[in-house]
Amino acid sequence: MEAKALIESIRKISKKEVNLMEFCGTHTHEIFRYGIRQILPENIHLLSGPGCPVCVTSEEDIDYIIALSENYDLGVITFGDLVNVPGSKGSLNYLRLKGKEVRIVYSPLEAINIAKENEHKKYLLIGIGFETTAPNLAYTLIRAKEENIKNLLFLSLHKLTPPAMKAILDMGEVKIDGIIGPGHVSTIIGREGWKEIFDEYKIPFVIMGFKPEEILYGIYLLVKILEDGKPALVNAYENSVKEEGNKKALEIMYRVFEKGPAIWRGLGLIENSGLVLRDNFEEFDIRKIYPIKVASKKDNLCRCGEVLRGVLKPTECPLYAKVCTPENPKGPCMVSSEGTCAAYFLYGGE
Amino acid sequence: MEDIILLSHGSGGESTRKLIEEEILKYFRNDILEELLDSAVFNLHGKTAFTTDSFVVSPIFFPGGDIGKLSIYGTVNDLSVMGAKPLYISVGFIIEEGLSFDEFRRILQSMKLASEECGVKIVTGDTKVVEKGKGDKIFINTAGIGIIEEDLDWRGRKIEDGDLVIVNGGIGEHGIALMLERLGVKSGEEVKSDLAPLNSLTIPLLKSSKGVKFMRDPTRGGVAGILNEISQKYHIDIEVYEEEIPIKDWVKSASEILGIDPLYAANEGKVVMIVSKDEKEKVLEFLRVHPLGKDSRVIGEAKKGNGKVYLITKLGTKRILDTLKRDLLPRIC
Repeated sequence: MEAKALIESIRKISKKEVNLMEFCGTHTHEIFRYGIRQILPENIHLLSGPGCPVCVTSEEDIDYIIALSENYDLGVITFGDLVNVPGSKGSLNYLRLKGKEVRIVYSPLEAINIAKENEHKKYLLIGIGFETTAPNLAYTLIRAKEENIKNLLFLSLHKLTPPAMKAILDMGEVKIDGIIGPGHVSTIIGREGWKEIFDEYKIPFVIMGFKPEEILYGIYLLVKILEDGKPALVNAYENSVKEEGNKKALEIMYRVFEKGPAIWRGLGLIENSGLVLRDNFEEFDIRKIYPIKVASKKDNLCRCGEVLRGVLKPTECPLYAKVCTPENPKGPCMVSSEGTCAAYFLYGGE
Repeated sequence: MEDIILLSHGSGGESTRKLIEEEILKYFRNDILEELLDSAVFNLHGKTAFTTDSFVVSPIFFPGGDIGKLSIYGTVNDLSVMGAKPLYISVGFIIEEGLSFDEFRRILQSMKLASEECGVKIVTGDTKVVEKGKGDKIFINTAGIGIIEEDLDWRGRKIEDGDLVIVNGGIGEHGIALMLERLGVKSGEEVKSDLAPLNSLTIPLLKSSKGVKFMRDPTRGGVAGILNEISQKYHIDIEVYEEEIPIKDWVKSASEILGIDPLYAANEGKVVMIVSKDEKEKVLEFLRVHPLGKDSRVIGEAKKGNGKVYLITKLGTKRILDTLKRDLLPRIC
């Protein structure tokens, strides 16, 4: 259906005051990029959740990487945005400017080449992302093991989305009537991956794509379900998402990782919400090799945590746009283009 | 001769002389350069435009061009959008020790052809060599001088409510092609930089229409960056129509995967212009018969306001179109 027809249909059926939360950062970004909040009826409120992997990276984890690099002369290999996330003592970019080796790669497999080309030096590959990226990192480690690479270590900051969603629903700080289900994550975990949450909370849940028409269609379905009062878990992204997900990717992911605790910015420690290395990959596990503790100081003024939980609008944070901007981010929600604060700032959210 | 460039080639001694006389001069030869004095000496008549730019692109050879061609066209384009006919160019090389002569010669040949195509003379230059690891193969600075015929100088024309924003074709091609190349993505033949000299387009256009009120080539920062500069400089708002922006299919799909908006990606053969409403048809007609203007489109409109750029999305919503706030890094999820 055309976007305009979808908007009409939503207007026609929507009566109740509802809060819909999108969990995926790409949805947040696209919703702002297309100005979708503006065209929805006033009784439909969109909230942004914690679905940006960079944004939920904790200060502790950044501080840990910095401490490792400073104390053990490790080269750090990471992906784009993570380098700008502030810990309590600066970011990885700051580390790089101080002369430490911090390399940005586009594919984790590049890490294998870097390690091979510099045999005398130890490298730390940082794995970050949700279920979408974890299989790639898992595959990289399988390759590194096969090739018997000894100077590549690994830090998993990988997180799982369903536990975070459950945590937010359990906190109950905001009323969530419907969930805009993440399309990318669902390609891996399938519609099946959300059943447990749906069965427990019975909150309408629609998995949707990222084109503006797909988002509008998904919202239309959510509104329809809410107006009819019959909760359902619907896959509206059928071209990409299968009922059981991507079994091959999941198999690779769980061959290397198992569920373990993870610290989320804004949500704190959540059991079984992260991916940690299995014992047969422990030779890569930086946390076992250098189990150093860091004392992190939180920036009290940054309200990223509340923004991630949908409790606070970015514009209500005292730092927003005053001292915290995309050029000089004070918190991770302003770092990533998928972060809610950055989306507000770049696309003029109010 | 050795097959790579060494520090001694930049030391000012015999190797430097050989490099200049036996390599560089061979390609760039002309009456002014040949004097090989500390300055180029020539007469200028008329209103003069003067510009400089440094080129540090990586990789130095990319689909659709190379750093040499880019260094000539880049400076030619800065002159061309001001309505200046490019005449003279200076070239400064900063070479990282270890660059192969083969690569250097390919760059020189490419610069020679580019300067001939644009009708400019390379009249003075400099060559320095830095230690391995202190550069990235080769950096080139060029400066250029051109003459503006009096009635081609658009600077005094006032931009008003209702003036139109026109671009001469698909945007983001240089930036996205380079990004794909850096990632090592094997892509089809259509994937290439839009690198091209604009003098053959802008100067005849300015001669044919006095309705052109502003021109700039949207290189770094892309079209969105230029529009923000215009809106702030002239205290107007600009509304851009998303659906009207020409973007080639490969740019669209690659930018989705990379998480980069083509509006922020660099162009090297595009010009963004502000044109009075009455001259719209004339300008478009002119542009569309030119090889560099086939896909020209009106992409937006100037409005009374206070220096903001808005995008009218394909859903009909209106949002801020800000300048680029960070490095163009691909998203990780």
